[in-house]
Amino acid sequence: MPPGRGGALVTAPTLLQAEHLSGYFQVGGGFFRPRKVLRAVDDVSLRVRRGETVGLVGESGCGKSTLGRLLLRLIEPTAGRVAFDGQDLTLLSAEELRRLRRRMQIIFQDPYSSLNPRMSVRDIVGEGLQIHRMVQGRAALEERVAELLQRVGLRPEHRERFPHEFSGGQRQRIGIARALAVQPEFIVCDEPTSALDVSIQAQIVNLLLDLQESLGLSFLLISHDLKVVEFMSHRVAVMYLGRIVETGPTAEVFGRRAHPYTRALFSALPVPDPARRSLRVLVEGDPPSPIDPPAGCAFHPRCPRAQRGRCDVETPRLLEVTGGSGHRVACHFPEE
Amino acid sequence: MSDAETSSAPALEVRGLVAGFQTERGLLRAVDDLSFSLPRGGTLGLVGESGSGKSVTSLCVMGLLPEPHGRILAGSIRLQGRELVGLPEREWQRLRGAQVAMIFQEPMTSLNPVYSVGAQIGEAVRLHRKVSRRDARARAVELLKLVGIPDPAERVDAYPHQLSGGMRQRVMIAMALSCEPSVLIADEPTTALDVTIQAQILELLRSLQQQLSMSVLLITHDLGVVAHHVARVVVMYAGRLVEEAPVAELFARPLHPYTRGLLRSIPPVGSSRLGEARPRRLPTIEGLVPSLLDLPGGCRFAPRCELREPRCEAEEPVYREIAPGRQVRCHRAEEALS
Ligand SMILES: Nc1ncnc2c1ncn2[C@@H]1O[C@H](COP(=O)(O)OP(=O)(O)OP(=O)(O)O)[C@@H](O)[C@H]1O
Ligand SMILES: Nc1ncnc2c1ncn2[C@@H]1O[C@H](COP(=O)(O)OP(=O)(O)OP(=O)(O)O)[C@@H](O)[C@H]1O
Ligand SMILES: [Mg+2]
Ligand SMILES: [Mg+2]
Repeated sequence: MPPGRGGALVTAPTLLQAEHLSGYFQVGGGFFRPRKVLRAVDDVSLRVRRGETVGLVGESGCGKSTLGRLLLRLIEPTAGRVAFDGQDLTLLSAEELRRLRRRMQIIFQDPYSSLNPRMSVRDIVGEGLQIHRMVQGRAALEERVAELLQRVGLRPEHRERFPHEFSGGQRQRIGIARALAVQPEFIVCDEPTSALDVSIQAQIVNLLLDLQESLGLSFLLISHDLKVVEFMSHRVAVMYLGRIVETGPTAEVFGRRAHPYTRALFSALPVPDPARRSLRVLVEGDPPSPIDPPAGCAFHPRCPRAQRGRCDVETPRLLEVTGGSGHRVACHFPEE
Repeated sequence: MSDAETSSAPALEVRGLVAGFQTERGLLRAVDDLSFSLPRGGTLGLVGESGSGKSVTSLCVMGLLPEPHGRILAGSIRLQGRELVGLPEREWQRLRGAQVAMIFQEPMTSLNPVYSVGAQIGEAVRLHRKVSRRDARARAVELLKLVGIPDPAERVDAYPHQLSGGMRQRVMIAMALSCEPSVLIADEPTTALDVTIQAQILELLRSLQQQLSMSVLLITHDLGVVAHHVARVVVMYAGRLVEEAPVAELFARPLHPYTRGLLRSIPPVGSSRLGEARPRRLPTIEGLVPSLLDLPGGCRFAPRCELREPRCEAEEPVYREIAPGRQVRCHRAEEALS
């Protein structure tokens, strides 16, 4: 029985758990200029259950891709830990990590730079299959690659071609086929459909849902497309300047929008209907700097509800909105 | 973006464009007999299936089709009345950036990983304007601020890999706008941006259009963006034009079955709150796009079309105007009109 999306899968076992995870970068520096610390991800805790999709949304540059990479230990965390199926990733040896890689994959946000230009599509999609000895012989490899390409709406003859011979959306689908090839249990999908027209997007969304239902796959779905996130996710997390500011079951978070930033996000959503070209409410002010974040609540300089002496002083903690719902928000004055 | 004031020559006029690639298995026509016109100060939306030839069209307009495999085989592209097809590269260099600029679909195709973004924007500025390095850098900071990059004075020295996907995209936008082009080709300019920054960028383009009477060809998969920001829309499928209409009419009464399928595939807003009523899957258009090297004889959409009848497989429909301002390529379009 497939679990209903939009509500949390409270009983499914945990597959991935991140605790107090941070990822900082050193930036700047040079003659006469000191190096500075950029807090891309700052003390984030997150759980993904088996068979669950957790949607991750937030402003461009708020740390979503960095968080995705930290979860897979593609970059080293500054602090915190990640456990995958009970194993602490930060403690694994290179060899152990390599073996675990098959079980956790990523669809990169930027298909162009994530595909090796000198490899044919066959080699790109088939590489993992060969490394992890998942197919025996040339013919089986050919067949499996052809099948994967077809599932993402490409054609078997595309095997022979090289990345530069494809359109943006075709390249994105090569990245999806590569991630699916090794039959992972968990995939970080970083903007997986951003280059696709809505009909192919629908095909990919359906494919991911099919795989989730038949194989119990889990996804972290990073996307600016709130409609796709809403359609696919059991739970969502809204990020702002390196931190999670609201999280919970999708229907709760997207329905109630307790954090003013979540509200702002929805008010800017362009509805695909020319008759509703209404004036939209936009977030005022400049996006904040992760190098020199505002004191107190990071959103306060742009927040319509901010109160002097509180929001600019005290960092709000992520607290439950109503008991038992799992809906949490980091705001001193959440929307009712 | 506002409708254009009428003026003698359109900002950009493409007629009968055929372009493609010489591949090992024959000539691949990525764009096949494409025509459209972009009015001065106006915005035209270009939508269509992934792989239908939208980016190839923009590369043709920019004179950047990759040589020697890529070629324009026929047709004309006029920029403010001036023919661009066959223009020598020396002339192109004067036009590109200053007269016609492009926001590329994939930022990393045009950002150089070994230079800071400030150096790259500065260089774009200095290509067409006699300014000192210092002033070019100041202009780069100003442009980064304009596109909403926090800490522009600090980030101007960042390398592309140190920026997020959406920040790189905004650097590209800054570069394209740096010389205030009269025609801007925006190929999926906001795919890496959240909806609030997307709205700010589109607002920025709109105001530049008014100030500079810049014209924009907006290629996008985001039908929300189409609905809010363009006046007319052109729809492509497998290298062909299949429909053109004013935006409100396209959404209210799509005439081509592909356009209808596309509009149906948009995920509903508020789906998480539908409970039991939430659809399990999204509607799709069944089947695959035909191979451009092995096209079906009749209508290119026929193999996937729910209205297919024998004549659709036998003869390709011509692209025709069936109502004022409404062009379509479908034998059965009249049925959708009535
Ligand atoms: N290698 C790096 N060195 C320095 N800074 C980095 C690096 N990678 C990311 N950053 C910075 O970390 C912050 C978060 O970037 P990230 O790519 O995680 O954002 P994002 O939420 O994925 O944004 P987008 O929606 O635009 O893709 C940004 O300010 C970015 O400039
Ligand atoms: N260098 C190349 N060599 C051979 N074929 C190519 C080359 N570049 C593009 N193509 C093919 O030309 C067709 C049109 O590509 P184009 O990039 O214009 O598509 P698009 O409409 O922009 O798609 P998307 O929405 O996915 O970006 C595609 O089928 C693609 O595979
Ligand atoms: Mg990102
Ligand atoms: Mg393209």
